[in-house]
Amino acid sequence: MNQAAPTIDKQGQEVDKVVIRFAGDSGDGMQVTGSQFTTTSGIAGNSLATFPDYPAEIRAPQGTIPGVSGFQIQFGETNVYTAGDDPDVLVAMNPAALKANIATLRKGTTIVVNQDAFSDNWLEKAGYKTNPLTDGSLNGFRVIEVQVTKLTRLALEDLDLDSRSKDRCRNFFSLGLMYYMYSRNLDSTKKWVQDKFGKKPLVVEANLKALQAGYNYGITVEAIPTFVVKSAPIEPGTYRNITGNQAVVLGFIAASEKSGRPLFLGSYPITPATDILHELSKYKEFGVITFQAEDEIAAICSSIGAAFGGDLAITTTSGPGIDLKTEAIGLAIKTELPLVIVNVQRAGPSTGMPTKTEQADLLQAVYGRHGESPLCVLSPSTPSDCYQITYEACRIALEYMTPVILLTDAYLANGSEPWLVPVSEDLKPIQTKLLNPAEHQDKPFLPYERDKKLSRQWAIPGMAGFEHRLSGLEGQENTGNISSDPMNHEKMTAIRTQKIKNIQNIIPKLEVEGPSSGDLLILGWGGTYGTIRSAAEEARKQGKSVAHAHLKYLNPFPSNIEEVLRSYKKVLVAEINAGQLATLIRNEFLIDAQKLNKVQGQPFKVREIKEAIDSLC
Amino acid sequence: MSQGTLTKKDFVSNQEVRWCPGCGDYSVLSSVQSVMPEIGVPKEKIVFISGIGCSSRFPHYMNTYGFHTIHGRAPAVATGLKLANPDLSVWVITGDGDGLSIGGNHFIHAIRRNIGLKILLFNNKIYGLTKGQYSPTSNVGTKAKSTPYGSLDRTFNAVSVAIGAGATFIARTIDTDPKHMQETFKRASEHNGTAFVEILQNCVIFNDKIHAPVTAPANRDDNQLRLIHGKPMLFGKDNKKGIRLNAQTYSVEVVEIGVDGITEQDILVHDENVPNPSLHFLIGDLNLPAALGVIRSVEIPKYEDEVHDQIKHIQELKGKGNLNKLLKGNETWTIE
Ligand code: SF4
Repeated sequence: MNQAAPTIDKQGQEVDKVVIRFAGDSGDGMQVTGSQFTTTSGIAGNSLATFPDYPAEIRAPQGTIPGVSGFQIQFGETNVYTAGDDPDVLVAMNPAALKANIATLRKGTTIVVNQDAFSDNWLEKAGYKTNPLTDGSLNGFRVIEVQVTKLTRLALEDLDLDSRSKDRCRNFFSLGLMYYMYSRNLDSTKKWVQDKFGKKPLVVEANLKALQAGYNYGITVEAIPTFVVKSAPIEPGTYRNITGNQAVVLGFIAASEKSGRPLFLGSYPITPATDILHELSKYKEFGVITFQAEDEIAAICSSIGAAFGGDLAITTTSGPGIDLKTEAIGLAIKTELPLVIVNVQRAGPSTGMPTKTEQADLLQAVYGRHGESPLCVLSPSTPSDCYQITYEACRIALEYMTPVILLTDAYLANGSEPWLVPVSEDLKPIQTKLLNPAEHQDKPFLPYERDKKLSRQWAIPGMAGFEHRLSGLEGQENTGNISSDPMNHEKMTAIRTQKIKNIQNIIPKLEVEGPSSGDLLILGWGGTYGTIRSAAEEARKQGKSVAHAHLKYLNPFPSNIEEVLRSYKKVLVAEINAGQLATLIRNEFLIDAQKLNKVQGQPFKVREIKEAIDSLC
Repeated sequence: MSQGTLTKKDFVSNQEVRWCPGCGDYSVLSSVQSVMPEIGVPKEKIVFISGIGCSSRFPHYMNTYGFHTIHGRAPAVATGLKLANPDLSVWVITGDGDGLSIGGNHFIHAIRRNIGLKILLFNNKIYGLTKGQYSPTSNVGTKAKSTPYGSLDRTFNAVSVAIGAGATFIARTIDTDPKHMQETFKRASEHNGTAFVEILQNCVIFNDKIHAPVTAPANRDDNQLRLIHGKPMLFGKDNKKGIRLNAQTYSVEVVEIGVDGITEQDILVHDENVPNPSLHFLIGDLNLPAALGVIRSVEIPKYEDEVHDQIKHIQELKGKGNLNKLLKGNETWTIE
């Protein structure tokens, strides 16, 4: 920038936590705006969490409610575990963005609107009969009307760019204004713009000018309030931002490097799992093979073939895709091959709501195959936790020669949070079951001979003298030769079941946050972690005896789970489904677990969990 | 272990073969076992992968690595294995139901990619293992358990499907001629890329003699067109019949040398290697005589090579991946 940046002369008001929601048309760049605000806040030392919320359609009709794309961030000086229930500030780039969000806003919320977008035409597209900016319907809200379009165009007047390209910079004007309101530094976003558009100097200049213009507008206009959110007491170290899907990818690459087995991903495009395929495809320097198969079935089957060949084989999918993979999962169970299946859960049944989150595939993961077909099921609790739990999934698959289902969800996959960058040296070693031909020269080889854990050995094509046949047909103990002997089948069923139970021996005990016994335990799993934690902490602050335990190992359960559950007068299972974990808990332990469920394609709000706590103790 | 010269016996597993007595699968198995010592691949690098169906029991009977997978999916499993380890000689055993019905998608896409699999399709024009239902290759009007009044759907020609999918190697052979089978399998094993072989196989129980018009010894002269690269497409007793291209009808037709002034000059000369598959399609589509032998053999890059070359190229460009660098990412900040 050639002009010197003006200095702020207003003193910001201190606040401990803020929730901002950026909302606009899906083409308005709200996701970029949100993620820039996120990084900048992370650098400022805030504790934070985010939740992007995009429409199912790639480009829904402009200006309509289905086309609204949102990005919510909560940042604060105390520990923030969720993106926040309701925004304190809504940035609405058009009438549809206002209309889509207004119902969730508390009175008193600040609404920053792009006044230029409230023309008759756009109002009509959003379904407004009268202009909410003038008809009094926003009374009680603190509305800040800004002519974002006009001001952006003015700021870019001198640039030799068409007006469409100029209008595309509107989001950076709004971002600049938000940076001003929350006393943020522009440097990180400036650098990002340089890196991102470096090859197009005009675009760089336009975005930087728009950003600065938004910031300067805040300085000049008296009506814009400013706030200061101080940095949180965060563990020192180097941080980066990470989404759940990215963390899954890093977990896989780490497991491949640590186990020495090449990584093979067989996948088929499906929302919201596709980003894992996209992301992994970038890392060929790690020798990763990413195979975009002809369908979901071929995706998992190619992975099973790669597992037979000695690779760390994985497959990633979501919703309907996991249904299609079911038969092949059974094959991997029967042939006892290592395989990790990622299911980024989305709202079902059938096509359901592809971009919306849900936790309704738990029973399917645990039980949803024909025959007695046990496998291991894991679920990470936060976006960054996806790294550890993905690594765990690979470790278990390779050490126990079993398929492992990793249940993430759309909320975890797309949500992001700051992550204290780990080093690979801290990872547990992985002892694969790969056969060592040198150790086996004199013994006869039996493909289904087992170690103490009941894992079989992994002899792979190319190893001379260990030729054997795998089959989906039931096989004799040890040899695997086709057998339909009744007693053998019962025995093999017991062996396969016990093998999965044995995984309990290497998984951590269930930990509790809060009192180790008391009135109420809230049990959760998956992406609800931050919300439940926030609600439980709030309740404890009010003196309630409420603890929180979060399951990452769903099959088998940690060995101490029953003991934990029985240490509280009441157990509440909170989940984004109609009560699936509660069913497992009741079934296995005959404990009268209460249920808190939500099936709206949306995560819980802290408030909703807190209300449930209040009704129970 | 696999030292020394191998013989057919080395490829016979200890499993009892369970096909119906008289089933065509026996002679295919025997021919495959005979040819294995000759393909120049160590036994431990040979893998047989099948789906579900009578023929899919095949891997159990081969003393090599093997995988009897699920219905229709053998090409997909084999693709993963071949990508994981391109050094292996991977053979897919499938049937008309397994490969062309439930597994049709994997069949065409394996061929489309030209991944180095050898796909042997046992075509008996019927579902055997499920006890006799018509299949995609059954003749229209087939009376089977699920079609007591005759089947209505049109028939798939396996060779045509393979050509449509862009096959680089296509051959057809018959279960009654072990020598021809062995030659054909050997050619398949030598091909770079997906090699597709249709085997006309007799199901003695549910569709007996369905291929007899082609395979019965008495019909050998008149109903078998034995293709030889570079040679005119002649057949019949004394090679008096031949195949001519009829440009008017856009098809090929059977003609007789010496009749209506037809000479050998009029007869098509077989060229396996011609890139344009149009004539291969017409030849493969002939009903009687049925074209046998290598119909098409062209060379294009193999998918598995391209996949691994791309990885090598990226590794040369960027250097081998560094995990700690990756974990750190591009944008970090430090809290003190
Ligand atoms: S049913 Fe037919 S194809 Fe199957 S084994 Fe018997 S004869 Fe062979």
